[in-house]
Amino acid sequence: MAIFLTENSRVIVQGMTGSEGMKHTARMLAAGTTVVGGVNPRKAGETVSVGSRDIPVFGTVADAVAATGADVSVLFVPPAHTKAAAIEAADAAIPLAVVITEGVPVHDTAEFRAYAEARGTRIIGPNCPGLISPGRSNAGIIPADITKAGRIGLVSKSGTLTYQLMHELRDIGFSTCVGIGGDPIVGTTHIDCLEAFENDPDTDAIVMIGEIGGDAEERAAAYIREHVSKPVVGYVAGFTAPEGKTMGHAGAIVSGSSGTAAAKKAALESVGVQIGQTPSETAQLMRRVLESALESQPV
Amino acid sequence: MDLMEYQAKELFARHGVPVTLGTVVTDAAEASAAARAHGDRVVVKAQVKTGGRGKAGGVKLATDPDDAVDKASEILGMNIKGHIVHRVLVAPAAEIAEEYYVSFLVDRANRNYLCIASVEGGVEIEVTAKENPDAVAKVSIDPLVGLDEAKVEEIVTATGFAPEIADQAKDVVRQLWRVFVAEDATLVEVNPLVRLSDGTLEALDGKASVDESAGFRHPDHSGFEVVENEDLLELAAREKGLNYVKLDGSVGIIGNGAGLVMSTLDVVAYAGRRHGDVTPANFLDIGGGASAEVMANGLQIVLGDEQVKSVFVNVFGGITACDAVANGIVGALDALGEQANKPLVVRLDGNNVSEGRRILTERNHPLVTLVDTMDGAADRAAELAHNQSVA
Repeated sequence: MAIFLTENSRVIVQGMTGSEGMKHTARMLAAGTTVVGGVNPRKAGETVSVGSRDIPVFGTVADAVAATGADVSVLFVPPAHTKAAAIEAADAAIPLAVVITEGVPVHDTAEFRAYAEARGTRIIGPNCPGLISPGRSNAGIIPADITKAGRIGLVSKSGTLTYQLMHELRDIGFSTCVGIGGDPIVGTTHIDCLEAFENDPDTDAIVMIGEIGGDAEERAAAYIREHVSKPVVGYVAGFTAPEGKTMGHAGAIVSGSSGTAAAKKAALESVGVQIGQTPSETAQLMRRVLESALESQPV
Repeated sequence: MDLMEYQAKELFARHGVPVTLGTVVTDAAEASAAARAHGDRVVVKAQVKTGGRGKAGGVKLATDPDDAVDKASEILGMNIKGHIVHRVLVAPAAEIAEEYYVSFLVDRANRNYLCIASVEGGVEIEVTAKENPDAVAKVSIDPLVGLDEAKVEEIVTATGFAPEIADQAKDVVRQLWRVFVAEDATLVEVNPLVRLSDGTLEALDGKASVDESAGFRHPDHSGFEVVENEDLLELAAREKGLNYVKLDGSVGIIGNGAGLVMSTLDVVAYAGRRHGDVTPANFLDIGGGASAEVMANGLQIVLGDEQVKSVFVNVFGGITACDAVANGIVGALDALGEQANKPLVVRLDGNNVSEGRRILTERNHPLVTLVDTMDGAADRAAELAHNQSVA
């Protein structure tokens, strides 16, 4: 199974013919992703060679969907054009649009996210590394070769922390890892992923990585209390971040007393989520959780 | 980017919000002429990007131009929550009958926009919301619909503006919304919005934050950048396109990816508890492509901080290959020569890690220590910083 992205996913890339698009399309193909097309209005009808593969380029997302049956789009589109590209994906009724682009104006995201939701398109991102179901498919820029397929689900605001945990737990492996992005407004939240992992028969336990800013982690904690029966371990970054400074991600800012790492940790711990003090301690917690789950199984 | 009051008012004025701009002065002597231009009796207000100026004594009434000079010299140089006052706004003193509150903001939790309004303005809205929640109206706005007339009506009715000022209040709500949308603001706030003794409404104070990601369609917003209160290292880093935040500790940090760098700061602070409570000196995210040039620029900024006693370079090679990072470090140290004078602890993992480690091992630079794990490297960097400061 895995969540959102499986071996049956048929992926198109909006902005494939740009340098980032080409580089990551090649990486996605190498990771086993079924990439069925690219979109670029100026190169419609052409074919682009990526590695040993020839990928057709379509003028619109709708054309690409009609010709290929694509059900996932990955967007490598500059910030000024991201809103239009995401709206085009939603208009073509693509079920999943993964927006990698960093630096999208928050008003644009607010608009295309609401637009996509009204049309049944799930947005992941923006400003995210995408998602990977190891051994099945990879939609975005997450490195595929640092882990293997397994039964842990991971959801994170941060790309590199996702990679760190994937690598630390590479011997156990992951069902799906989702980088939801570090912007103030994102299309898919921690809660959406927790819900999907809870319902995924191929996921046994969940790693949740948060960071300063907003109250998504606190709301995720409330959700876990009511709806998540699988074990969750967590990590929160930004305990040493000063108030009022943006720490790299547009959404990573402590405003007054809100959005602090301490508040997020406390909220998650209050619902039984074990929080690691460092990424590697978080990985150790996950190992212990899985071991004790095994021990408690009837022989 | 947060704006100062006078900048927010400039933005408001562009879209018709009723404001009196006043005059900004940086030298107390200039306050006299400014006061005369605004009717002698003026308010002198500290221009800093933080709340609670009034309580801190940063807003004072002056009865005449000489008094304005006195008040300006009292306020200039004041430290308000860590912000030194370098400029004051001199504005005519208003005859206030009533104080209200109106704001628009990006609502992260609900992923839409929110209007907050109250007829009990002039105090912190958080306090009003806690003590008298019924006095605060909160109205959500759908990004796909925007502020239509029904929404304007809903806001003004829910807030409870008196009938005689309802039409004016509607105008202000519409004008403030225009600022919010047209300027790509993440927050616009008027507190207080006042009814003057002649019955007209005016935004007596203004607060705004504009989205830097939308800078490509607002080239004029760069004019709002004020460098006076910022650290010189932050300024130098910004000129080099580096994502750097100066902190107060002694362990310099360089890493890739915002989340990993934030985490690195935390891990160093934990390790510091074992080593004289040393803490991180900065946040520096060199992003995906850690070329020798980017690494050299980063190292130069971090080593330019006199508080730095050791540097921790923490890279997980996802897209970035560790051999490129290793070459970047070696190249940077060679380029910096004598300028590189603090011990460097390097932790590499991920893509091409063995080649990266080999490059650093072979180069065997006297300043560089290679440690395999993030926790171990943080501990070593903290220990080195502590030893250096004791020595």
